Amino acid sequence: MEHGTQNSDPVVSNRTMEIVVAGLFALVAVVVMADSVRVGNGWGSDGPKAGYFPFYVGLIMLVSSLATLAVNIWRHSGERTAFVEKHQLALVLQVLVPSVVFVVLTAFLGIYLSAVLFIAFFMHWVGKYPLKTILPVSILVPAGLFVMFEIWFLVPLPKGPVETMFGY
Amino acid sequence: MPEREGNLEALGSLIQGFGVLADPMNIAYMFIGITLGVLIGVLPGLGGANGVAILLPLTFSMSPTSAIIMLSCIYWGALFGGAITSVLFNIPGEPWSVATTFDGHPMAQKGHAGEALTAAFTSSFFGAFVAVLLITFLAPVIAGFALRFGPAEFFAVQLLTFCSFVGMGSESPFKVLCAMMLGFALAAVGLDSVTGELRMTFGSVELLRGFDFLIAVIGLFGIGEILLTMEEGLAFKGKAAKINAKVVWETWKSLPRYWVTAIRGSIVGCWMGITPGGATPASFMSYGLAKRFSKNRQNFGNGEMEGVVAPETAAHAAGTSALLPMLTLGIPGSPTAAVLLGGLLIWGLQPGPLLFIEQKEFVWGLIASMYLGNIAGLIVVLTTVPVFASILRIPFSIIAPVIVVICAVGAYTVHNAFLDIVMMLVFGVVGYVFKKLSYPLAPLVLALVLGDMAESSFRQAMLVSQGDLAIFWSNPLVGSIVTLALVMLFWPVISALLRKRQSRQDGGTQVIPVK
Repeated sequence: MEHGTQNSDPVVSNRTMEIVVAGLFALVAVVVMADSVRVGNGWGSDGPKAGYFPFYVGLIMLVSSLATLAVNIWRHSGERTAFVEKHQLALVLQVLVPSVVFVVLTAFLGIYLSAVLFIAFFMHWVGKYPLKTILPVSILVPAGLFVMFEIWFLVPLPKGPVETMFGY
Repeated sequence: MPEREGNLEALGSLIQGFGVLADPMNIAYMFIGITLGVLIGVLPGLGGANGVAILLPLTFSMSPTSAIIMLSCIYWGALFGGAITSVLFNIPGEPWSVATTFDGHPMAQKGHAGEALTAAFTSSFFGAFVAVLLITFLAPVIAGFALRFGPAEFFAVQLLTFCSFVGMGSESPFKVLCAMMLGFALAAVGLDSVTGELRMTFGSVELLRGFDFLIAVIGLFGIGEILLTMEEGLAFKGKAAKINAKVVWETWKSLPRYWVTAIRGSIVGCWMGITPGGATPASFMSYGLAKRFSKNRQNFGNGEMEGVVAPETAAHAAGTSALLPMLTLGIPGSPTAAVLLGGLLIWGLQPGPLLFIEQKEFVWGLIASMYLGNIAGLIVVLTTVPVFASILRIPFSIIAPVIVVICAVGAYTVHNAFLDIVMMLVFGVVGYVFKKLSYPLAPLVLALVLGDMAESSFRQAMLVSQGDLAIFWSNPLVGSIVTLALVMLFWPVISALLRKRQSRQDGGTQVIPVK
């Protein structure tokens, strides 16, 4: 990628990220193995115990994550290439942060109203659309979902105080 | 002649299967499925696997036969849809249509978009058709054969599936193993069905249910893909598609010229689909082979129709034949096949050899729907390309939040659990990071699906042998499968050694390997 602009500084290099992820894998592997030992990874009176299979799963994960870790500590080639550049991270967060807020809101407002707010906010913030484009999309999509799930297929989705007000 | 009788029986069952399709509702579901599938294939962030996963809960109220017909048609539709974005926008809608962009997009740039799309759809159809023929005649044979399988044999086949990922993947074998084992570990979370023991729940009630792979699929493939697409700052600048009857007819007249390429692509695809190499490597392999053997090889990459035919036949043959091991052995050959398998389990149908005896009508209805579904798919895509192309012109800032909402709805409906939506987001971030560091997602998903099954067949095998691993070499069948699996597992090492030896000999140095 040949981005010459000053706002494309790498936030984190590929090598660092490789090491972090391999380290996390090793950690998960240790947790899996530890828990397998807790429930018993040997041979019980009636056959293999509950931890028999997961123990080896953890062991293979540990060995292969350590191998990836070693390769990346040894080699410095990934140092130059960026895992993510500053402006890329900004774009990713632009979608990720509102999504997280949307999910949190769902717990309180139900999924339909949160969806209206989420789509409207995103279109306004990222797409810079005028209100006359935002309103139909942000209302019609959740309304369509409502008809499809609550009325047509009778699959209940999380609802909040507003839907209760209307008797759903 | 028992073989001939078997074939006749397959034909008879197939005709019965077509009888199941006589229900007009099933035909309607077929067209709905295809249309939804093309839409899913065209939109970024929605693909075959997570599209089927999201729509799965909606089918719970249907009969299993109608449901599987609709879901598999979504799958065919998604396979077709990937080609549209590749040719018109140079953006592969699905990983398996990357190779289609090499020659498909240059053709569109020269103003031959219609020809490129017709060639792509027709060769997709051809590839799928060959794979369905294969399924029709091979599935009953394999299922009959697999009836004699014991736990050791089943575990051996599963081992082969997973080792193939290591041997055939382009990623680092250690990363493949890591991703795969993560899938197995997540599958083990929750109540152990054999001993009743709680594993890795750490006192949490929510973890008691374990991880559902549908949530993982929606997060990894859906949210992860949205994050990746956003990062690339995607702007769709596409070519217009004009398809009319004349273009289609002219293209069809020129296609028989590429019969060798098409047949080779289908064979590569079928092979890669049954062994879980998958549609993506199959399409690349077929493209590479076509380029090597074609008379017009210097024109490849500049808009050669043969370069569209080759990857598309292979991708569709692979995508379709991935259902063969799923139906006969209960081992899916691709993530989407895994999601379909999950659907079967939810409807109380256990895929595997017994399915062909106990649920004859269902199996043959499905196989018959593959024939009709692909014909329906071809008709739908040839007639509706302009509509779907215009959907692609909707800006990403509108599409992205809508897809996130749809994914959230899909994740929630699996178990009506709010925590699943949170889990989906977490899987989305994991999918984004894994994609960027080239940890493969397919083995993770397959391990998550098959984890319990693989574990129980391993345990049963161990019970039979009282913990002696020699049971995996106790008869020629299981022994050869396990040996093949181990060859696959160590293939990266073996091939590296072979290459080293080759280069030594080529180098002219008089080193004779004594060891």
